[in-house]
Amino acid sequence: MLEGQALRRLHLGPVNFVLRAGECVSIAGKSGAGKSVLLRMIADLDPHEGDAMLDGAACSGMPAPEWRGMVTYVAAESGWWDEHVAAHFTQGADFAALFPAVGIPAEAAAWPVARLSTGERQRLALLRALSPQNRVLLLDEPTSGLDAENTGMVEVLLRGRLSAGTAILLVTHDPEQATRMASRHFEVRDGQLVENIP
Amino acid sequence: MIGYNDLAVAAILVVLNAVLTWMLDLGLSRAILIAGVRTVVQLLLVGLVLKTVFALASPILIAAVALAMFAMASYEIGSRQERRFAGAWGYGIGAGTTMLATLLVTAFALLGALRPVPWYAPQVLIPLLGIILGNVMNGVSVSLNALSAAIMRERPAIEARLALGTDRYTALKPLQRSALRSGMIPIINQMSAAGVITLPGMMTGQILAGMDPLEASKYQILLLFLIGGGAGMGALAAVYVATWRITDERDRLRLDRLAQR
Repeated sequence: MLEGQALRRLHLGPVNFVLRAGECVSIAGKSGAGKSVLLRMIADLDPHEGDAMLDGAACSGMPAPEWRGMVTYVAAESGWWDEHVAAHFTQGADFAALFPAVGIPAEAAAWPVARLSTGERQRLALLRALSPQNRVLLLDEPTSGLDAENTGMVEVLLRGRLSAGTAILLVTHDPEQATRMASRHFEVRDGQLVENIP
Repeated sequence: MIGYNDLAVAAILVVLNAVLTWMLDLGLSRAILIAGVRTVVQLLLVGLVLKTVFALASPILIAAVALAMFAMASYEIGSRQERRFAGAWGYGIGAGTTMLATLLVTAFALLGALRPVPWYAPQVLIPLLGIILGNVMNGVSVSLNALSAAIMRERPAIEARLALGTDRYTALKPLQRSALRSGMIPIINQMSAAGVITLPGMMTGQILAGMDPLEASKYQILLLFLIGGGAGMGALAAVYVATWRITDERDRLRLDRLAQR
């Protein structure tokens, strides 16, 4: 479904890969190895060489916002552009259905962002990125700051998306999470994306 | 007529100020004295230059003075930026938008309200250009600086919006708004406070020199409109050009286009 073709930026690449619908692939690697560079490149957030294709449609052939609506990157560091939580979600979002699924009370929609803990921000940043247009999620350590219980809830949420056909590229430092979630395991090493075959 | 001895008496105030801050160990006395000396040297020099330019009334000389003013304003804007764009854009954005707004507003005033003969009469053109240029320069440099500082500070928020499929102009709109506000507040204050809280410097000068206060008011209104319009136009243009330059056609945030520190 998603295909990377000779993606190259800075010390990373050329990277080629194929991701199938409903598939989760994990990406490991030392910090600074280029995992985030890779995800950002796939989301077309930085200038790069090569191209990515979604069902044969090239990223370079469509407006970038349209591409990012389908191939959505969630950064490790979440960003907030309004004082209040609710303003970061599409109008009419059903907070009562969304928030408790990741262990956050629905009332949090009315909170100021400043009141959220780091872990709450991380989970809400993931939630707000989920939309019916998502075909691929590029997740940069989505559970790095979470305890086991919350991590479990996020994983359940992501499995739901996988079974609906969304593909996920999951950058994670946790080998056990990679085993739980992903069917194939990759590593960014010496500027290349290599598959770890057990 | 004011004599040089009158100025020397007024200078006592500045010296006194410097002595006081030196006694209180505030570390400002040097800066105050240097600023005082600069005032004297710069204004007397300008007075001499203008006297010559007015007397000669040569179009080439007037153009040269105008160009020199633009060059200095461009340098000031560029050097006041905490984060400049790399390469020619660093000074280019401020210089280009300042020049555009200043020339438009000056031409508007020359052809509309003032109509000097000839149109480039230096007694009108040069002071007019000076006051408009100075205010446009302030509006542009404050707005540009506020925009780049806000972009650096809000980078994660901007990138989060872009990553969710927001286009670059929507993602930067709140930052543009606050940058423009910072650039426009001084002139809005100047207009609201004019005559009530402060008597503008130009008007004070005219009244002291013997002009009818109502006539002086009319000139002041005209000038405030000109500098308000010019500063707004310049700041708006600068903010939009900077927004366009700090993003690219793939709706990416391009902080790499700022000069490295």
